[in-house]
Amino acid sequence: MYPVSLDVNGKTVSAEVDARTSLLDLLRETLGMPGSKKGCDHGQCGACTVIVNGVRINSCLSLAVSHDGDAVTTVEGLADGESLSPLQKAFVSHDAFQCGYCTPGQLCSATALLDEIKRGEPSVVTDGKVTLNEEEIRERMSGNLCRCGAYNNIVDAILSVAGEPA
Amino acid sequence: MKPFDYVRAGSAQEAVRAGAEGRFLGGGTNLVDLMKLEIERPDKLVDVSRLATEEIEDGDDGLLVGAGVSNSALAGHPLVRERYPLLSTALLSGATQQLRNKATVGGNFLQRTRCQYFYDVFRACNKREPGSGCDALDGINRFHAILGASEHCIAVHPSDMAVAMAALDATVETLKPDGSTRSIPARSLHRLPGDTPHIDHVLEAGELITHVVLPASPPKRQLYRKVRDRSSYAFAVVSIALALDLQDGRLANVSIALGGVAHKPWRAERAEGILEDSRPDAELFANAADAELAHAVGHGHNDFKIDLSRRLIVAALRDLSESKREIAA
Ligand SMILES: Cc1cc2nc3c(=O)[nH]c(=O)nc-3n(C[C@H](O)[C@H](O)[C@H](O)COP(=O)(O)OP(=O)(O)OC[C@H]3O[C@@H](n4cnc5c(N)ncnc54)[C@H](O)[C@@H]3O)c2cc1C
Ligand code: SF4
Ligand code: FES
Ligand code: FES
Repeated sequence: MYPVSLDVNGKTVSAEVDARTSLLDLLRETLGMPGSKKGCDHGQCGACTVIVNGVRINSCLSLAVSHDGDAVTTVEGLADGESLSPLQKAFVSHDAFQCGYCTPGQLCSATALLDEIKRGEPSVVTDGKVTLNEEEIRERMSGNLCRCGAYNNIVDAILSVAGEPA
Repeated sequence: MKPFDYVRAGSAQEAVRAGAEGRFLGGGTNLVDLMKLEIERPDKLVDVSRLATEEIEDGDDGLLVGAGVSNSALAGHPLVRERYPLLSTALLSGATQQLRNKATVGGNFLQRTRCQYFYDVFRACNKREPGSGCDALDGINRFHAILGASEHCIAVHPSDMAVAMAALDATVETLKPDGSTRSIPARSLHRLPGDTPHIDHVLEAGELITHVVLPASPPKRQLYRKVRDRSSYAFAVVSIALALDLQDGRLANVSIALGGVAHKPWRAERAEGILEDSRPDAELFANAADAELAHAVGHGHNDFKIDLSRRLIVAALRDLSESKREIAA
């Protein structure tokens, strides 16, 4: 067993893990935070997306032990108490989900996406200056699959928040 | 997953000392996936993902990039976007933002094939289980090789980045467990399958990729184009990395690497030879593409890739020689 200590949503947590434990399983099973979802467990669907040290990653392909010392934000950490984040509110008002299984991953991904735009990080459809539009959102969100097909409303929700201060 | 020991290396030297009998862990996006399926079964993982993560340094010898730099950081670096746009495009056309944030330069080079029979432990695969056969030969081989394959394996290397690195004549710097270092041209890092398809590349056991060096003055016209089944988040059916200069109306420094067609990034040397120092025109492009694909062999489902590759080479050459865009000197 290996000791790990992480900052999860602003709180320091410690645990002993088997080296095989994924960050996703650590969050869900050991730390009792089932918000991050396991869809495929192979890096293909994005349901397990969390934000680590400011960038989004697939927690299912990450070994918990390799994240010792890192700062993790999960969907449980996006709201401020009872007050939803602007993106969470936009997902509600735009009907951006149906069953909701992919939603925690979509929200973490979209939250990180807005920061990537602010930092001026390009995508493959970027031509010159980085700006946010529908094409950019679709490209940048392609790692988050939605079996219910809520894509159009997800894009609208993100676009609606893009201009606002986060 | 099989149990294993884990150590986080504090330096490259520490990694190779610890690594000889284990495997290096980069972002883990390929290795952990394969370990879950027990296709990879290391006893020990030496975590190198925290080494050389920020290192992107410009010097007289070119741009030095640490093996631990993430695929997204490399793609978004201002110097890479400016001077090696084909590399930036190749990186950004691979996988997803989440995966690119984790994936490292070293790990991307050494990612393993996506051949579905390699992944399916109930099927015959010489790469996974030497001597067991190759179910792709008579199977669904739409994604498989048309160049340089053997009767033992027709898998392709799946990386977009490695194709760009081969076209740019990048150099891979390594450190061996005995402390010695070597420089390997990126185009020679991977090998053809021959009768030992379980060996993907020329690195020795325990040899660590520490850096990649991109030449200081790459050709001024560059393009990476990926043909795939969806417009995002799909491996290449065929891709091309093309770099060239136009000097007094003639093609110069022509460099072509193809992805999705072979067990390694395929440098199209025959085509390059025909194009170099010639005046660009449609007939020349067609001749060059034909020469390169003269020895291409389809395996049924992937026969279309021969024509597709030919057209991709011609279109890329046409677009790049007509383009108004050149990188700043
Ligand atoms: C769903 C999905 C879609 C994808 N789509 C694409 C795509 O379209 N295009 C594409 O190019 N790729 C794609 N990928 C693959 C992805 O790019 C690779 O998984 C990634 O680049 C591997 O990097 P890593 O750092 O995570 O490597 P790891 O998984 O950590 O390691 C891979 C291999 O490299 C070795 N290694 C790692 N670092 C070093 C080092 N410094 N020295 C020596 N050996 C080392 C490891 O031991 C291992 O054998 C996709 C992956 C997934 C899961
Ligand atoms: S093509 Fe290569 S990787 Fe695929 S089944 Fe055959 S031997 Fe295995
Ligand atoms: S559960 Fe991690 S990508 Fe699907
Ligand atoms: S809302 Fe059901 S999978 Fe996306």
